[in-house]
Amino acid sequence: MSESPQSETQTDGAGQPEAATSWEPRIVAFICNWCTYTGADLAGTSRMKYPPNVRVIKIPCTGRFDPLFMIKAFERGADGVLVSGCHPGDCHYTAGNYNARRKYTVFKSLLETLGMDMDRVWFSWISASEGGKWVDTIQKFTEVIREKGPFVEYREMIDVG
Amino acid sequence: MSKIGVFVCHCGENISRTVDCARVAKASGQIRGVAVAKDYKYMCSDPGQALIKNAIKEHNLDGVVVSACSPHMHEKTFRKAVAEAGLNPFLCEMANIREHCSWVHEKEEPTTRKAIELVRLMVEKVKRNMSLEPIRVNVTKRALVIGGGVAGIQAALDIADGGHEVILVEKDPSVGGHMAQLSETFPTLDCSQCILTPKMVDVGSHPNIKLYTYSEVEKIEGFVGNFKATIRKKARSVDIDKCTGCGECQLKCPSKKIPSEFDRGLKNRTAIYIPFPQAVPARPVIDREHCIYFTKGKCKACQKVCPADAVDFEQVDEFVEEEVGGIVVATGFDLYTTEKQGPYPDYSGYGEYGYGEDPDIIDGLQFERLASASGPTGGAIQRPSDGKEPKSVVFLKCIGSRHPSKGIEFCSKICCMYTAKHTMLYKHKVHHGTAYVFYMDIRAPGKSYDEFVRRAIEEDGAVYLRGRVSRIYRSGDHLIVKGADTLSGAAVEIEADMVVLATAVMPQPGIEGLFQKLGISYDQYKFASEAHPKLRPVECATAGIFLAGACQGPKDIPESVAQASGAASKALILFSRDEMLREPVVAKVNENTCVACWYCVEVCPFKAITKKDITDRKGNLIKRVAEVNPSVCTGCGTCAATCFSNSVDLEGFTDEQIYSEINSLMAVGQDLFPELEPEKEEGGPSDEKAA
Repeated sequence: MSESPQSETQTDGAGQPEAATSWEPRIVAFICNWCTYTGADLAGTSRMKYPPNVRVIKIPCTGRFDPLFMIKAFERGADGVLVSGCHPGDCHYTAGNYNARRKYTVFKSLLETLGMDMDRVWFSWISASEGGKWVDTIQKFTEVIREKGPFVEYREMIDVG
Repeated sequence: MSKIGVFVCHCGENISRTVDCARVAKASGQIRGVAVAKDYKYMCSDPGQALIKNAIKEHNLDGVVVSACSPHMHEKTFRKAVAEAGLNPFLCEMANIREHCSWVHEKEEPTTRKAIELVRLMVEKVKRNMSLEPIRVNVTKRALVIGGGVAGIQAALDIADGGHEVILVEKDPSVGGHMAQLSETFPTLDCSQCILTPKMVDVGSHPNIKLYTYSEVEKIEGFVGNFKATIRKKARSVDIDKCTGCGECQLKCPSKKIPSEFDRGLKNRTAIYIPFPQAVPARPVIDREHCIYFTKGKCKACQKVCPADAVDFEQVDEFVEEEVGGIVVATGFDLYTTEKQGPYPDYSGYGEYGYGEDPDIIDGLQFERLASASGPTGGAIQRPSDGKEPKSVVFLKCIGSRHPSKGIEFCSKICCMYTAKHTMLYKHKVHHGTAYVFYMDIRAPGKSYDEFVRRAIEEDGAVYLRGRVSRIYRSGDHLIVKGADTLSGAAVEIEADMVVLATAVMPQPGIEGLFQKLGISYDQYKFASEAHPKLRPVECATAGIFLAGACQGPKDIPESVAQASGAASKALILFSRDEMLREPVVAKVNENTCVACWYCVEVCPFKAITKKDITDRKGNLIKRVAEVNPSVCTGCGTCAATCFSNSVDLEGFTDEQIYSEINSLMAVGQDLFPELEPEKEEGGPSDEKAA
C-alpha cells in the first residue's frame, strides 16, 4: 500500500489544514509505562499493523496525566487525544489510574459544557498483554477522527489562527 | 545551548527495512541543539556503544537520544554505557522507532516521518532532562514477621540463620498455627506436630529471634528499610519468667466449660490454660472473659496453687516499639463456616448441610483433632454426639469453594488432598468402617500427590462418588446424606454416622485491618496481593513488605515453607547492603509556591507525602508545605497532576519535559523547526509538499 505524498496539518502558515485529500489525523497518545506502553510494544513484537497517525508520549502512570496536556495538544494541532493505562485494579502504582478516571469524568462534562467535542478524547485500559487491543483502539480511533476531520473548531475557539 | 547526540539504530534490518535510518539521522542532525547524529547497524553491540561513548567525549555531549528499540529492552544498556563515558545516565533516553514504528507500519514515507518526529520528541525532552542521582536509603537490618504458623516460623528461622535479628509476633498464646492442630500431613503421613515442634522450639530459643506471643501489631509507621512497629503485648496475667509451666493452675481452675479454640470446640478448656502440651512458650494465659476472678471478683485458685507465685492479676497490656527494615506477613488462614452467625458474613450458604446445628457434622480441622493423638479423644475416631465409633463417614468436598453464586469462586487447593488423607486416617483406625467421598474433581498435582489419592481409593477402600449432596438431615441415630453419583447416573442415599465438610480456605477474618495498617493491597476475598502474580509472588507492591503462606492464597505446607524461604531471601537481599539505592524518579515540592491544600497528601497511593512545618529560628511557624519522602515515593506522578498551584513536579517526567514533547509534535502557525521543512530535507520525491 502506498499513499500519496503526505503533509502535516501545520504546513500551512495560517494554521488551516491542507486540502482534505492530503490531511491525515494527528493523534497524540499519552500512555502509561507499565501497561499500555508494554502492550504497544507487544503489538510491535507481534508485527501487528496499524495506521501511522499516532504519536506516543510516555508517562509513568495515567495518574500523571494532567488535562492541561490534552488542552496543549489540541492547541498545538492534535485532532485526537488518547489516554491509556492499566485496567482498574491493576495499576502498577495501585491507584493512579483511578485518579485519572475520576479526573476524566469531571473534565469531560466541563469541556462538553463549553462546547468541545469530547468524542475526540478517548480513555482506554490496555494491559501489557493486550497488544491486539492497542491495535484495535488505534485503528478505531484513527477512523473516528478521520471521519470527524481536523479539529478546526478548537483552534478557532481559542483563536490561535 | 544543548549538545545532544542522536544515535539511530538499524537493528540489523528490523528498523531499516521500513524506516530510512540514514535520513532519520540526517533530519535529527538538523534539529537545533543536536551536536551530532549518526546511524549504525547494531547500536546495542560493543562497537555501537563505543560509537556513543566516543561521541560523548568528542563532542562534549550533555544529552543522548538512542533511536532504536523499546526502552523496556535497552534503556538500562545505554544508560550504563553513557555512565561509563562520564555522562549522567538520566540524560540518556530512547526513542522507540522499532516496536512503535518500524515493526507496525509499512515501508513508506509516513513511517520515516513518524520516526523523525519520535526522535525529535525525545530530543526536546532530553534538552530538559536533569542529572539525577539514585536515592540512598538507610536500611535497618532487622525483620518483623507477623504470624507464627509454619510459614512465619520458616521465614523467621531463615532470616535469623542468615545473621539478622527477627521479631516474631503471634496473636495466639503459642506459635504453631494450624499445622500444630493437624494429625498427619499428606503425602507422607508424617505426624504433623513431630515435624513442626522442633522448628517451634528453634524459634523459641534462637539467639536471633525475639518471640512475642499473645501479641498483636498495633501500628506500623515508616517505609522500607525504616519501619517502626508498635506491638501490643496482651496481658497473659502470668509472669512467664517466673512460671515453670508445671500446669497446676490448669488442674485447679474451676471454670472448665470454655470451648477450646485449639480443639475447635470439640473439647473444653479452663480459663487459665496452656493451649496444647507442646506449646511454645509452654506458659499459660488467663482468658479474662471467662475467668471467675475477672468476671465476678472471686476465686484466685490458680494464684493460691502456683508454686512459683507467677500469677499476676494486675498485669496490663504492654506496648513495645521495634525498629525494623523489612516485614514478612504470614498471618495464615481460617476455614469458611456455614454457620448462620459465622465470621464471614459476606459469604453464606449451605445451611442445608447443618453445620453448627448437628454435632456430628464437622469440618476438616475438627476431624484432624479427632484423629490427633493429642486431641480430645486421644486419637480415637469417635463421633462428637455420643462418643461412638462411626461405622460410616461421609466426606463432602468443595464446600464454599468454586461456587460463584455463594460468593467464593476460587479452589481451596488443599481439600482434595486432605480429604483423601482423612479417609485413610479413618480407615487405619476403623478397619471395618466405610468412608464415602462426594467430589466434583480430584486435584492432586504435587509430588507423590496423585499416588496418595490412588492409595486412599485402591488400598484403603475409600468410596469416591462423583456428585454433590443436596441434603443432610438427622434420622434417629444416623445422618441421612442424599446426593448424586453422576458417573452411574443414580441418586444416592447414605446412612452416615458422621459427616465431614471440606470447607473453603479463607484469610483470617478481619485481617484487612492489619493490611490497611501496613498499606498493602488485598483482593476481594482479603487475601494479600502479591506484586506480580507470576514473577513476584513473595513481595507486595509496597516496598519492604513480603508475603509468606496462606495469607496470600490457599496453599499446602510445602508451598508455604517454600514461599516463606522466598520471602526470607527477599528480606536478606534488602539487608545485604547498608544502603538501598532507589530510582530517582520521584516527586518534588516547590516550597515557595505550595499553598498547603494537602490534596497531594490525600491522593498519594503510598502515603509518601507529609505535611511539613517551616519555622523561624525561634520556632514560630512561618508556613506549612507538603514534603515528599523520596524513600517512599514510587514516581507515579499523581500528585503532580493533582496540584492546583503547580508546585509538585515529577523528576524525569516534569511538566516542562512533557509540554516540550507535545510542542515538538506540531507547530500550528509557527515554524518551530524550520530545519525540518520538506524543501530542506534531502531525499526521495515523497518529501514534496502537496498542493
